[in-house]
Amino acid sequence: MSALPVRSRYVASFVTLRRSVTNNLVTGVAIVSTALVLVPLVAILGYLLYKGASSLNLAFFTHVPVPVGDPGGGMANAIVGSAAILGLASLLGIPLGIGAGVYLAEYARGTWMGAAVRFTADVLNGVPSIVMGLAAYSLIVAKQQHFSGLAGGVALAIMMVPTVARTTEEMLATVPNPIREAALGLGIPKWRTVLSVSLRTASPGIITGCMLAFARVAGETAPLLFTAFGNQFWSFDLNQPIAALPLQIYVYALSPYDEWHRLAWAGALVLIVMIMASVTLVRIFANRGALKGGH
Amino acid sequence: MNKPETISQSTAPDEPKLQLPTIKTMAAQAEGGLQGAAAPSVPSVIRNFLQAKSSGRMADGAFATVMVVCGLSIFAIVLLIVFVLVSNSRLSIHAFGWKFFATQTWDPVSGDFGALPFIYGTVVSSLLAVLMAVPLALAVSIFLLDICPKFLRGPISFLTELLAAIPSVVYGLWGVFVLVPIIRDQVGPLLEKYLGWTGLFVEPNFGVGMFTASVILAIMIFPVISSISRDVMRAVPVNQREAVLALGATRWEMLRIGVLRNARMGIVGSVILGLGRALGETIAVTMVIGNHPGIVKNLFAPGYTLASVIANEFTEATGDLYLSALIEIGLALFLVTIVVNAIARLLVWAVVRGNPGSAH
Repeated sequence: MSALPVRSRYVASFVTLRRSVTNNLVTGVAIVSTALVLVPLVAILGYLLYKGASSLNLAFFTHVPVPVGDPGGGMANAIVGSAAILGLASLLGIPLGIGAGVYLAEYARGTWMGAAVRFTADVLNGVPSIVMGLAAYSLIVAKQQHFSGLAGGVALAIMMVPTVARTTEEMLATVPNPIREAALGLGIPKWRTVLSVSLRTASPGIITGCMLAFARVAGETAPLLFTAFGNQFWSFDLNQPIAALPLQIYVYALSPYDEWHRLAWAGALVLIVMIMASVTLVRIFANRGALKGGH
Repeated sequence: MNKPETISQSTAPDEPKLQLPTIKTMAAQAEGGLQGAAAPSVPSVIRNFLQAKSSGRMADGAFATVMVVCGLSIFAIVLLIVFVLVSNSRLSIHAFGWKFFATQTWDPVSGDFGALPFIYGTVVSSLLAVLMAVPLALAVSIFLLDICPKFLRGPISFLTELLAAIPSVVYGLWGVFVLVPIIRDQVGPLLEKYLGWTGLFVEPNFGVGMFTASVILAIMIFPVISSISRDVMRAVPVNQREAVLALGATRWEMLRIGVLRNARMGIVGSVILGLGRALGETIAVTMVIGNHPGIVKNLFAPGYTLASVIANEFTEATGDLYLSALIEIGLALFLVTIVVNAIARLLVWAVVRGNPGSAH
């Protein structure tokens, strides 16, 4: 420094100052932004807890909706309906998704075809859910001439496939190759190796993926609007219009009645607790998987 | 994050190519040898069947076929969606042609349909949402990667990811009962006072409208942009950071020169992914945007998006032309989001793939 002329020394210290100010400024902005982002999250969850918990009662889980003006009523039919639709969606979507994941990881690794399927799955993942609803409507409802839980289940199943496929693939990719080679070396056919060795080793992660896909479609409303359609009464017939929790929340939230708003908040709380519970379970599973996988 | 890990993981994908086939061929040779020794002189269908079965070749073939079918089903799903949407919107495609996307009338009574107001609503609300979400998302990514103390990193990233787990309808519910009053009574008047001269924020402000929808969308797409841009930034090799730091850079200069510049393609990709999500978001938007077609500059005015017009009018649509016009809107939405997502994925891949090791 001493070799520099005085003026340059001032410039240098000014530049240093400017740099450190900028640095601190950016750090500050990052911290403030993070705090700012946490505000809506806390606001949403807090308000939901407050409103939901104060409107939740036993009748919510045991009664069907009552006409406007009558006190009480619940969403028992919607909870059951959601379970039926989600069960159907999982039954269709999860095996197909796991199969696609196995194909990607065990049969098509490094191939052109595999890359194409992977890319298509990623793109399909970003397709709006309402389009899935339209597709299921055109495929099933328009043909049958009536709304049905079946169509809703199919719409949700299509949404699950790419998510399940990609997580299955990623989890299978973490299975160390020597394990596969050991199995093949013992003369075990490839299909047994895939089923009993690769899938088995990766199973905690795959279960995680399935739960995440489940949690993602569990809150979907848009694909059910014109497939499952909703129902104010008990209905167990998947070939008929059936109630679903998100649908019921949507309808009640937009209604002008306070009593229905109350039920909507309670429903939202139940829905979100269900989803959070599955996500938390997933975290536990995933952690156990990391320990068990041992790589 | 350290270097040995990067190396070991980046070499991993090459292993199967090198080793698996050799083992397979060795096993096949051994099998062939054994069978050759025991093979009868007269070929018999039954024996062939049993041999094939005992060596697992038939089961192998069947299993492989099933898996390939599952894999290809993803193509089938996309093609099926395109096919049913096209065939069900034929009526409207024939009636209006390309003009469908360029005219403003939406009149179910006289059977005249044009999608321009919905396109306008979708584009404006999504772009506004991206504008609001991107700076925040990048700031949070930087905070979580480089500034945050370790013990806070887990909880905060978990919390931001919780935002992604909240269902659309719950955002909508919160929007209707909490956000709408806030925008109507608190934020709205402020915006009008200071930014009213732009013509973007003009009373009357009922709380429901384009601006509220954009805010909700921004909250919803934030986790997407934040988590993917974080992945991309993490994929930048550590030596890049170290090299810049070694030259005497401050943290911000290191991030700007070493990280952001290297990851810029992937960051753009994450932003486009967020945009894709915003374009197709339905329920929450439908609940707060006001659902009134029109092209106005005022952001407080109610609007309508492609997705929300489908959600709102489909079950009430009477007449085949009305239905097929709505399905054509869905088809357009599908194709646009496919293109947007494809571009975004390619950009993200371009960054993460080059450095696969540290991506996850």
